[in-house]
Amino acid sequence: MNARHDRNPLLMPDFDAPRWRRDFPILQQQIHGKPLVYLDNAATSQKPQAVIDAVADYYEKLNSNVHRGVHQLSELATVAYEGAREKLRRFINAATLKEIIFVRGATEAINLVAQSYGRSRFQSGDEIILSEMEHHSNIVPWQLLREQMGAVLKIVPITDAGELEPGAYEKLFSSRTRLVALAHISNALGSINPVKKMIAHAHRHGVPVLLDGAQAVPHLPVDVRDLDCDFYAFSGHKMFGPTGIGVLYAKEALLAEMPPYQGGGDMIRTVRFTGSTWNELPHKFEAGTPDIAGTIGLGAAVDYLGSIGMLAIRNYEQALLEYGTQRLQAVKNLKLVGTARHKAGVLSFVMEGIHPHDIGTIVDREGVAIRTGHHCAMPVMEHFRIPATARASLAFYNTRDDIDALVQALEKVREIFR
Amino acid sequence: MDLKELYKDVIVDHNRSPRNFRKIPDATRIQEGFNPLCGDKLTVYLKLDGERISDLSFEGSGCAISVASASLMSERLKGKTVMEAQQLFDKMHALLTREDADSDLESLGKLAVLSGVREYPSRVKCATLCWHTLKNILEHPGNPPVSTE
Repeated sequence: MNARHDRNPLLMPDFDAPRWRRDFPILQQQIHGKPLVYLDNAATSQKPQAVIDAVADYYEKLNSNVHRGVHQLSELATVAYEGAREKLRRFINAATLKEIIFVRGATEAINLVAQSYGRSRFQSGDEIILSEMEHHSNIVPWQLLREQMGAVLKIVPITDAGELEPGAYEKLFSSRTRLVALAHISNALGSINPVKKMIAHAHRHGVPVLLDGAQAVPHLPVDVRDLDCDFYAFSGHKMFGPTGIGVLYAKEALLAEMPPYQGGGDMIRTVRFTGSTWNELPHKFEAGTPDIAGTIGLGAAVDYLGSIGMLAIRNYEQALLEYGTQRLQAVKNLKLVGTARHKAGVLSFVMEGIHPHDIGTIVDREGVAIRTGHHCAMPVMEHFRIPATARASLAFYNTRDDIDALVQALEKVREIFR
Repeated sequence: MDLKELYKDVIVDHNRSPRNFRKIPDATRIQEGFNPLCGDKLTVYLKLDGERISDLSFEGSGCAISVASASLMSERLKGKTVMEAQQLFDKMHALLTREDADSDLESLGKLAVLSGVREYPSRVKCATLCWHTLKNILEHPGNPPVSTE
């Protein structure tokens, strides 16, 4: 810690972001002749060389199917694949490997819970509590369940700061409440929900809780046992791993009772035309040849994050968020959307008289990549009565220079629409 | 390409002060158009006097490209026939989506300022939304809203 740190609260904690940034080949390039400033991390994150190498190595040296061959390659691939499961288990502190199910991403994880847990247990009139800030992936699977079996969705409203309305959640519980499904961190607003407290409350009613952790796992330490959540869903591609791979964590006791989600190879023990029996956990929920390369790549991403430290990442991103908030607030006619007290590195904003889509196109020409649109959270847009926002979202490889480049690009926007 | 090629002064002006941005109380046909990708949403009002478009207006919210495109469209087609509107749709569609469409720029007049959109593939749908909505209104009155996704 250097001495100046005490005097200037805006000074970054000791964290060498430029050093980590060099591990990401894609960030070294130019876009429209300008250095790439990548601020769309909530949509997907970039991949470090270690992840790219792990995927390439697998295809160059190990490629073969898992859990079935007796030949050398199959055994090595199986060891690498199951090794990744152990890395993920440790990363979120799950109790056993049986609780780590590999899926395509958070979306598939939530659909799995809806179709396996929900469909086998819920009855018409049973209630599921969601919040107004959910991503579509934590809304639509429950609407499908509503159509299939008459489940009822209860929605916790949000405030204009983008926080859950105080007291509203507790009031939604009834004798018919069967599940709470909630974003750990909002992708559109950045709000960090008080999930530990909310889980404890649900458990007092005997209600299990699913957390959509897609925006949390890449940005802060997550300990599923400390949270005591029953289900936790997240995506590899938002945590510097490959696309097409993600994880459903679920408590073993729940998984043991749940019927399979998909049928096929690998998830069975025996198959006869009169009936089949299921494989043990976690394989019961992994039908067909999995995304072996993606899983190994995700394991490499976890190793990489471990070498930096999730606590260091969180602290650094908090300081960067604070800097970004101050810089953006100083831009004329700009309004931040989502000003929760507890926030992750998401800066959603609108500019008076200028549509977010135009902002996105103009800053792109300055090399700055941000997201514009409804961020797959149309109910959030409806709450704020806006069609869309522009959103800059941070990762640990971003620096204050990136924020400065965004602010400068926004000046260009104002110039064009002056 | 310079940004000024996309955000030409005419476009910025029509975005700031869109022409015919209003309802037509006694419209012959009304049609909604929606681009779910960016949330652009507009309603086109058409009033026909026989085969002639006696009034054309729109309302809604959208980016500068979609608002300017609708504003320019309404300005251009007022007083024209349905047949002329359909011909203009074909020309505009070619202008916004085809590489080889520059030859006819002159006959498009002010609408030619939208040609810069072609260089921005993600923005083409912003410019075409009002035109597709109009086409729908002319060909199939009473259809569900147009979506460019």
